[in-house]
Amino acid sequence: MMKNAIRNTVGAVLLGAFALSGAACKKAAPPSGSAGDGQGVAQTASGDVIRIGEVGSMTGSEATFGTSTHKGIELAVKQVNAAGGVRGKKIELISLDDQGKPDEAATAATKLITQNGVSAILGEVASSRSMAMAPIAQNHKVIMVSPSSTNPKVTELGDYVFRVCFIDPFQGTVMAKYALDNLKIKKVAILRDVKNDYSVGLANFFAETFKKGGGEIVIDQSYSAGDIDFKSQLTAIRAKAPEGIFVPGYYTEVGLIARQARELGVKVPLMGGDGWDSPKLKEIGGEAMNNSYFSNHYSSEDKSPVVQEFITQFKAAYNEVPDGLSAAGYDAAKILFDAMGRAKSLASNDIREALAATKDYPGVTGKIMIDEKRNAVKSAVVLKVENGEFRYQTTVNP
Amino acid sequence: MTLEPKAVSATGIRSLWSWLLAFAAIWLLHFFAVDALDPYFFMILMYSGINIILAVSLNLVNGFTGQFSIGHAGFMSVGGYVAAFLTTSLRDAHPEWMTDSVLSTGIFLLSTWIGGLAACAVGYVVGLPSLRLKGDYLAIVTLGFGEIIRVVLLNIDAVGGARGMPNIPPLTTFGWVYSGVLLTVFMVWRVVTSGGGRELLAVREDEIAAEATGVNSTSAKVRAFVLGSFFAGVAGALFAHYLRYLNPATFDFNRSFEIVIMVVLGGMGSITGSIIAAVFLTGVREALRPLQELTRVDFRMVIYSLMLILLMLTRPRGLFGTRELVDFLPRALRERLLGGKKRSKPEVAT
Repeated sequence: MMKNAIRNTVGAVLLGAFALSGAACKKAAPPSGSAGDGQGVAQTASGDVIRIGEVGSMTGSEATFGTSTHKGIELAVKQVNAAGGVRGKKIELISLDDQGKPDEAATAATKLITQNGVSAILGEVASSRSMAMAPIAQNHKVIMVSPSSTNPKVTELGDYVFRVCFIDPFQGTVMAKYALDNLKIKKVAILRDVKNDYSVGLANFFAETFKKGGGEIVIDQSYSAGDIDFKSQLTAIRAKAPEGIFVPGYYTEVGLIARQARELGVKVPLMGGDGWDSPKLKEIGGEAMNNSYFSNHYSSEDKSPVVQEFITQFKAAYNEVPDGLSAAGYDAAKILFDAMGRAKSLASNDIREALAATKDYPGVTGKIMIDEKRNAVKSAVVLKVENGEFRYQTTVNP
Repeated sequence: MTLEPKAVSATGIRSLWSWLLAFAAIWLLHFFAVDALDPYFFMILMYSGINIILAVSLNLVNGFTGQFSIGHAGFMSVGGYVAAFLTTSLRDAHPEWMTDSVLSTGIFLLSTWIGGLAACAVGYVVGLPSLRLKGDYLAIVTLGFGEIIRVVLLNIDAVGGARGMPNIPPLTTFGWVYSGVLLTVFMVWRVVTSGGGRELLAVREDEIAAEATGVNSTSAKVRAFVLGSFFAGVAGALFAHYLRYLNPATFDFNRSFEIVIMVVLGGMGSITGSIIAAVFLTGVREALRPLQELTRVDFRMVIYSLMLILLMLTRPRGLFGTRELVDFLPRALRERLLGGKKRSKPEVAT
């Protein structure tokens, strides 16, 4: 009995301590959010800073996407602040992690809006998280700019939701056209990641355009993210003798697929989308990735001064060449700041109008115009993988 | 081990008063207090409520019946998807129905009910063959079924497949979530204190002995499992209409483990424990967010895991063991609350 009593006391004290620490943390939060407390149209930043929120997958299975994007956004904020800020006010960036989970993204967005009083939210990379965040941003009438959610449905969720990247139909179309016109192939196999909304979307739009252009999808195979053996699908594909394989997955599986395809003697080019864009692709795929093509937001080989300036600055800050997601994150932040500078006031509604009126913005990822559906209209580049380098092939305009 | 941990049967009309009072209090809060709450805390409150339903209903299977199911998120997803599919397709067919608050609430409750029943049905199909297994084997089977449900959902285009299901009507309110909580707690409490509930406890304590005394252990387990699945489905429906976006990835085995952790942490066989653990674990992740803003690195999961380790080391049977809140109340109050039935607790040393 005595022992029990002691145990109970220890437990109760521990529980109490946790509850208290929780309460203390919660209490500490509101003062920081008092700047823009309250929701509604009149969400203005007061004082000398404009708070901007960022939600990203800093941890979890897509962590490199979150960290790459974060670097781009951080660089943009640094540059703007060094140049005197927006309307004389400094930008303060608050980044929250969502662990790659939609419900966490929704909570993080709510916290940013109601606790930190942000004027706008940048994020998320993945469409699944963006779609969970969008209704919240819309309800509170806070601008949300997604750097690279390519699912068309994201911006349909509200008129405060924008994106600065092209959408899945365009990316699928780009590769389908490139395959037909530049690679001159007519028979393509598809190997899609059924667990991944992005991969399924790209595959569908690719197939649609490719068939319309007179091509033929000889076989449509699928895998699930996290798989490591793709030999059975690749053997089935080999039997149909396609002239190319469209693999719109993420870099980890694509690298493995390339290796196993070459081992099975499948030498035809692989094609994909911006999910390939990671230095890890070269590490995992190695030489097997040679003679493969993918569409992307930008190429580091692009000689235009905007791109080269961005790369120099990025290298100085992080000592690495930025990938497409960093570039998209950078553009998302820069376009938002540009709109804030042009807006009549810093009220959400005015920023929204300025953002919607963005035209010919010289971004790193191309000339960007926001259309009436709040999607970015801009070009895509096609890159070829050659001995571990991404070689610029062509720019495809919308 | 005690065979009758609660040894109080809440019978009689008088015991219903406390439940009805709680119900009235929830709706009073719903209409008069909740609007004033900060949306962020409100969100945590809503997630807490949904997690309470999940944890308490899983406790019926894992705690009271002594089975080890780790597929609860699977049943949650069935309920969520079925209900969300019903409401979104009705909304698309008749947009005007959703503008009428009475009609939309009716549709919501009906879909939630159907979602729960669908989860129930899946629970029955999964439970009947697998509950003949014991211990680790059952755990693996439920884990497998949870994953099967998720992969099936990934391949159904009507609900968006891997792209998820956006734009679900926002019908979940504070009142309905906490009515769901109350209903779950009420049902589970009444079940485990009833004669049929004794069968569940008997199966937990010793399956062979229970069989010997005439308890059909498979039937008892299936009953607990099906009821647990129903409430998981209800929780899924509430979750779907609150977050307004469903993606199969949300319902992976990590989600199931989160619920199991709530049950184990609170105490296997304690409803109070499950409630407190669900609220605590939902709140603590958010309470640790300011830390992330300070350090710029996400330490939340490290601290979260450390807390779990610490708690399990100091209280291996969970916060409450098999006891309930009422067991801590003074005798007079306890008897009042539970309808004045004489309490005979056969205290057995642990």
